[in-house]
Amino acid sequence: MPDATMEIGAMAEAILRVFRGDPEGGRPVDYQVPVAPGMVVLDALHSIQNHQSPDLAVRWNCKAGKCGSCSAEVNGRPRLTCKTRLDSLPLNEPITVSPLKAFPLIKDLVTDVSWNYKINKKIPAFQPRAGVEWKMYQRDVDRVQEFRKCIECFLCQDVCHVLRDHAKHESFGGPRFFVRTACLEMHPLDGADRIGPLKNELGLGLCNITKCCTEVCPEEIHITDNAIIPLKERVVDQYYDPVMMLVRKIRSA
Amino acid sequence: MTPPYETHEHDVLIVGAGGAGLRAAIEALAQGARVGLVCKSLLGKAHTVMAEGGIAAAMGNVDKADDWRTHFRDTMRGGKFLNNWRMAQLHAQEAPERVRELEQWGALFDRTEDGQILQRAFGGHTFKRLCHVGDRTGLELIRTLQDRGVQQGIDVFMECTITRLIKDGDRIAGAFGYWREQGRFVTFKAKSIVIATGGIGKAWKITSNSWEYTADGMALAYEAGAELLDMEFVQFHPTGMVWPPGVQGILVTEAVRGEGGTLKNNRGERFMEKYDAKRMELSTRDVVARAIYTEVKEGRGSIHGGAYLDISHKPAEYVKKKLPSMYHQFKELADVDITIGPMEVGPTCHYMMGGIRVDAETGQSTVPGLFAAGEAAAGLHGSNRLGGNSLSDLLVFGKRAGKAAAEHAKSVPSGSLDAAQLQDAEREMLAPFERTDGEFPYELHRDLQDFMQSLVGIFRTQEDLHKALGELEKLQPRLQRMRADGSRMFNPGWHLTRDLRSMVLISEAVTRSALARRESRGAHSRIDYPNFDDTWGKQNNIIVKRGEQMMLEQRPVDEMPAELKAILAEDK
Repeated sequence: MPDATMEIGAMAEAILRVFRGDPEGGRPVDYQVPVAPGMVVLDALHSIQNHQSPDLAVRWNCKAGKCGSCSAEVNGRPRLTCKTRLDSLPLNEPITVSPLKAFPLIKDLVTDVSWNYKINKKIPAFQPRAGVEWKMYQRDVDRVQEFRKCIECFLCQDVCHVLRDHAKHESFGGPRFFVRTACLEMHPLDGADRIGPLKNELGLGLCNITKCCTEVCPEEIHITDNAIIPLKERVVDQYYDPVMMLVRKIRSA
Repeated sequence: MTPPYETHEHDVLIVGAGGAGLRAAIEALAQGARVGLVCKSLLGKAHTVMAEGGIAAAMGNVDKADDWRTHFRDTMRGGKFLNNWRMAQLHAQEAPERVRELEQWGALFDRTEDGQILQRAFGGHTFKRLCHVGDRTGLELIRTLQDRGVQQGIDVFMECTITRLIKDGDRIAGAFGYWREQGRFVTFKAKSIVIATGGIGKAWKITSNSWEYTADGMALAYEAGAELLDMEFVQFHPTGMVWPPGVQGILVTEAVRGEGGTLKNNRGERFMEKYDAKRMELSTRDVVARAIYTEVKEGRGSIHGGAYLDISHKPAEYVKKKLPSMYHQFKELADVDITIGPMEVGPTCHYMMGGIRVDAETGQSTVPGLFAAGEAAAGLHGSNRLGGNSLSDLLVFGKRAGKAAAEHAKSVPSGSLDAAQLQDAEREMLAPFERTDGEFPYELHRDLQDFMQSLVGIFRTQEDLHKALGELEKLQPRLQRMRADGSRMFNPGWHLTRDLRSMVLISEAVTRSALARRESRGAHSRIDYPNFDDTWGKQNNIIVKRGEQMMLEQRPVDEMPAELKAILAEDK
């Protein structure tokens, strides 16, 4: 997009319809914000804090798409507000900004995401195989590095219907933690076994691969194709493959 | 302490959960201490996550000739020899082991052909030395440490801000703070406290730093009686984004130049020839930042007032592989495809070389039981930090501070939390809600940023620095009348009223130190004193609180042992 488009944008004003409230209740409130060239939704929220409502609650850190703090739903879609340009949205109608729906509300755009940190603790840590030589080749780490790009914005968790619509937080880990498990499972030197926890504590079977998570990932990680499906195959191999079942039976006998 | 406050007790309390805080926590835990870790943001969001280019460690995987001696020499040269030489030595010696350790905890660096950790070139480093993961090395580091720490059993207190250190007599006994979510107050009892809160970048207008970088730890330590060292040295990174306005200051990694990027002015000249013909774009940050600033000031700047940084001569796939976040950052935020054309870049406030004065071996400040590591501590980088030396600093001195803090905790009994100090801390936090006529903190913050940017920036003069002190003085009455609106629940306006006090206090320390140092060295450039001064080259500026006064004094630098002098004398 050429600069000219940005200059035209400079003349405009936007209405932001921001959810204000807490667990007791709340409602969307409209704020008129002057639009500067290249402005993102997070800039508009900061403008509201600075000039209209100093107590507007919003999380943010890097403002460069690297930390994953400023997640919210913009016009109903889970987005990083620091990477959502106003000039990518229709400005002739209000831009709605709401908190993530899959987590309990704290205030305004801030939700309680602590559940994610609890889930993470359930995943067995990296465990190098005994006597391993610390040598790895780029071709072996490429696919794991894709997963390690994750910035923990939790947009994939927010959009996942198992969490969002069915609230299976007790029995399901969510896409973020399948990615995390995949990155450990596929680490070239790792020796731990996470197939049991994947099937049981993390409830991988509940995912029916609708790929919503992949669509919202700001890091463009192929969550479904590269993490979830290969993990599902491993679970199937271990638990449902008749040959493997026989092997396990003999071993445990 | 008494019932009104929620209280947690640990042997070691760590404030700040970036690389230094996490590494300190892991080590203190390994020493058998009970460890609490408090951070203002969610875990894993600290500034370390934004580090891009790499970790400097003389592993010799790419350039076999590299060793700690060369890394030591590069660091001292980059810091214009004002560095704490013992810290520079320990750092260069221990960094490779700290990197290997990360790998053993699950980090996955980019690889060489023969399966080792790949290293890249960076400004001021003689050899290819930066271990990296594309341009997201900090994310790899913080995620690895975070997972390690949590699995080992650190108690993490997320979104909690410490506003006061509590002392029992001369020594540290604990801390007072609030939960950002609910606004409830909380106290921590601890025998040792490690400050790992980073820098003060948010006091400048054009900055790569996030809302968190408000000098909290330096202010807390100063108020508790600790000495601050060489506060005049503030690093302006040469390459921040300059356009569009909303992204001004966002970091553009030095790895762009490390991978072969060139800097040009509006006449198409590679202007670094004039400033450092030998090292060109890979000169040290102080030199490159001044060069870009000068080109712009003299009318040779880019269309939006920066310089042109170009990597488009490299194959597009290579650029996307080695600099993926730069590619996306420019594409999405500035409509620039860096595989096709140049980026516009200009200096941005990035890092604080000065900070809490600590013992090189242990990271202990001048207050018993109070330790510091990472950007909050000072010494390693002297007057200018080399790129890549920050992540290694966090690991080397985070570990050292964690170990010493745990040992200290074993050697002393628990102190008690003095009720009067706690009540005073509470009163300070509640005051903004009691005012109905004061101002909200945002405009005050903007004013601070404006004059720190224009008066205490890359180039300084006595006149400007005097003006800045006057402006800081004028802020005081406004600071006393700041007001908060709404409830204590997740209230950023209220939070800023406290953070601003730290920023203003430490901005004063920076300005006073800058005024005193009548020479130019590293990141401190005085137009009225443009050269090195041998006397100043052998002394540090120390800031300390005496009574209610901020005192500044000079202290001679310790004499370097002969064997280290010999390393500096070698010319490679």
